[in-house]
Amino acid sequence: MDTIAQQGMYPEFPRCGKEHARSTHYCAGCGHGIANKLVAGVCAELDLQDRTIFVDPVGCGVFTYYYWDAAHVSAAHGRASAAATGVARARPDAVTIAYQGDGDLGAIGFNNAFQAASRGEKFGCIFINNSLYGMTGGQMAPTTLEGERTTTTPFGRDPALTGHPLHVCEVFDRLQAPVYIARVSVADTRRIMQARAAIRRVFEIQRDGGGYALLEILAPCPTNFGMDPLKAAAFCMGEMEREFPLGVFRDTGKGVRGNGAAAENAQAAPESPFLAVKPVPRAASCAELFAEPPGAEAPPPANDPSVPERRFKFAGFGGQGILSLGICVAEAARMERRHALWFPSYGPEQRGGSASCSVVTSGTAIGSPVVERPDVLVCMNLPSYLRFAGDVKEGGAILLDESARDAPPPPPGVDLITVPAIRMAEELGVPKAANTMMLAALRKYSLTGLDPASLENALAASFRKKPQLAEKNRGLLREAESRLPDRRGGAD
Amino acid sequence: MEEDRNAGDGAPRPVFEEDLCKGCGRCAAACPRKCIEMKSAFNRAGVKPAGYKGSGCVGCGTCFWNCPEPYALRVERGGGEASR
Repeated sequence: MDTIAQQGMYPEFPRCGKEHARSTHYCAGCGHGIANKLVAGVCAELDLQDRTIFVDPVGCGVFTYYYWDAAHVSAAHGRASAAATGVARARPDAVTIAYQGDGDLGAIGFNNAFQAASRGEKFGCIFINNSLYGMTGGQMAPTTLEGERTTTTPFGRDPALTGHPLHVCEVFDRLQAPVYIARVSVADTRRIMQARAAIRRVFEIQRDGGGYALLEILAPCPTNFGMDPLKAAAFCMGEMEREFPLGVFRDTGKGVRGNGAAAENAQAAPESPFLAVKPVPRAASCAELFAEPPGAEAPPPANDPSVPERRFKFAGFGGQGILSLGICVAEAARMERRHALWFPSYGPEQRGGSASCSVVTSGTAIGSPVVERPDVLVCMNLPSYLRFAGDVKEGGAILLDESARDAPPPPPGVDLITVPAIRMAEELGVPKAANTMMLAALRKYSLTGLDPASLENALAASFRKKPQLAEKNRGLLREAESRLPDRRGGAD
Repeated sequence: MEEDRNAGDGAPRPVFEEDLCKGCGRCAAACPRKCIEMKSAFNRAGVKPAGYKGSGCVGCGTCFWNCPEPYALRVERGGGEASR
């Protein structure tokens, strides 16, 4: 029997394109996932699926149309509240729900959302606040906390430079028209249950034609916080709630107005290791900023038609170092004066989903960076293997991490080599170095057509900003190579 | 599998779809009875998934609501009734 939350969702998500038809695209521990279940559950519980039109955002929440079994309209970035205005006016009997994130609603779409709220449009806006842009790689959003490190505030958000966090509920609470404004969280069980009740309220207001409702949901983003899911949830309950206190700001249905409850929840901010503003180091000049550091210079490629083109594909989860492994091979080729191209590909979900990159090396100029038929495929997990193994050329080779159990056999004429990369990296005490283990296998089994010394130098060069890590990784590479079993011949 | 030890005896228990688990650990951390653990073997998706320890579940549904995946986990509450 399906749970009520599942009744609000499609039985399978085939358009999502994951190996498992019931898997979402969200990262492990994503607040969107929990919020998606709550929304689906409430929609089904109130028997409103046939009346509901969701307006989907741009951001990590974009794919809710894969999951929620109701009508959907997908809006351009930031425009969900504008599109929802049109939907709600055209279909006054519908339950219209805009689902937006903080980059979407708080930045590019703030005016759309704010004016819709000011006009009292008859839709509910569910606003996911995870304090940054998730899909595009963790950049600062208007909601980023003071001192919070993001990819565009690497030294902590400095209010003198980039302003203070935007309090969307508090700002909207100055408007006349909204009938309901609240902020909840999905960071722990009690908060999840409060969030569920608040989502229910938003749907009830829309069901009864009540008017504009805004529900902000604080959500952890473990990937872009750079924390494990439990620490991310703790950050959400600690640092984020101190900036964004939970509470019902307004619920005219109950005749209550004001933000007393929210103010009571606010606490004096103790020091946090995550929230420290540091001075931004200044580069002396553009020339210095963009100069190639010592050791990185490579000579221009030499044209040598005797060196054949070789095409590589590297695939795994984002976060497994797949992209850097590809860069390493491309850099090694560059050091040998070959032409080399590196081409990354990843989805909106970053660490939760698949990442891959293509590398082409050649003695002559390369036409396209797209690798449809690789000579060598490196897979860190089973989903990558299932996706790409069939593309490998006859006579080619596949390196597959041993954690991928029950892998079907490779295509005829393709050599499948199982490498204990993740396990070996763990045994060597550096779990993040599974990619270096794969590099060791590429080198030991002569799969790159490159000089072993170039591969090692390219690895070291990738750590040029952290010389102590360069030496350590050289050591790891050699150690891994000595632990890998010998193979007859080699695919070179 | 360990979590099937008590299957069919009518006792409440969490039921995992192991290959859908992304290993975030929210369910195990939230379980008031601490009866969920993270397994040591990889699932098909390449992560170490959560699983039932085999006893202790009271069918409260906390794990279900903490799980970000819609179909990775459900709670059977005796008589085959599913979580809310």
